[in-house]
Amino acid sequence: MTLLIAGLAANAADSAPPALKAGVLSPAMPAPALNLTATDGKPLALERYRGKVVLLAFGFSNCGEVCPITLATLAGARKKLGTDAADVQVVYVTVDPERDDAAQMRKFLGSFDPTFVGGVGTRAQIDAAQKNYGISSTKTVHADGGYAIGHSSSIYMIDRAGKLRAVMPYGHPADDFVHDLKILLRG
Amino acid sequence: MSRRMRIIWLLPLLALLAAVLWAGFAPIHVGSREKLFEIPKGTYARRMSGDKVEILPAQIRLTLGLEDVLLLRNLDEVPQVFGPTIMMPGQSFRLPFEKAAEYQFVCTAHVSGQMTIVVDDMPATPWEKIRWRVRELLEKK
Repeated sequence: MTLLIAGLAANAADSAPPALKAGVLSPAMPAPALNLTATDGKPLALERYRGKVVLLAFGFSNCGEVCPITLATLAGARKKLGTDAADVQVVYVTVDPERDDAAQMRKFLGSFDPTFVGGVGTRAQIDAAQKNYGISSTKTVHADGGYAIGHSSSIYMIDRAGKLRAVMPYGHPADDFVHDLKILLRG
Repeated sequence: MSRRMRIIWLLPLLALLAAVLWAGFAPIHVGSREKLFEIPKGTYARRMSGDKVEILPAQIRLTLGLEDVLLLRNLDEVPQVFGPTIMMPGQSFRLPFEKAAEYQFVCTAHVSGQMTIVVDDMPATPWEKIRWRVRELLEKK
């Protein structure tokens, strides 16, 4: 009997889902829809990437610190994944639709990784996307009339089935993304 | 002072010393590494009606290796934004920490809209263990 209980306990431990470095949402629910335009000119719908793991984040091309670090980290993670990177799609949605059109975002994202896809749209479309993902952004106007935008900087991890599984807070290294992506790619 | 009186005085001191030694040197065991907080049903409605009651503490302390996973449950009827994510009604968010630091998060369950999470290193010295145990004791009260 003792052996049986020990065996069952071991099986239960084996069947537990592997821990992610990111924060895990449970139960996983379908990722909110994005009613935006992609930087390739097509509608940006997450259904396009069904079968891939999507890393979704929000930012803007004039961002001086957070966005370049995030994008460099994600590009580094894709490189480390090797051939598995083909099943990972990075989607970066602007929070600055007044300045970021498709061409601007394509140029900005392409400097990190040409496979990255940007999301652009009208102010109303961007606001809706931000609301659906709980993204906050605050504009700070400079003396010269220019402005910067402080914004939520987490990276949403959407699995192959389109479910929002996990959220990686800003600041994690590429290796943490590789760790979690390998788990998510296995299903 | 008689010998009996000395013993009566000495016993509590010895007990205190034993407690301090235990608190400083005994290994710390915790049942779970998760620290659970729940956003109760009706939180949003209470906020909207002007109730400024704090549902979650403004600051949460975690300790690496002991209690280093924050577990939040949204039992409210509307989505709640906690730090890096939005939680749908009925959803939970399990966030592990691996570095000792102070983290600032946006949190719509707070009146201030902000939440601070302080992650401490695992207590290593006797003094740190005593401090950790005292803090835990005070938190549970």
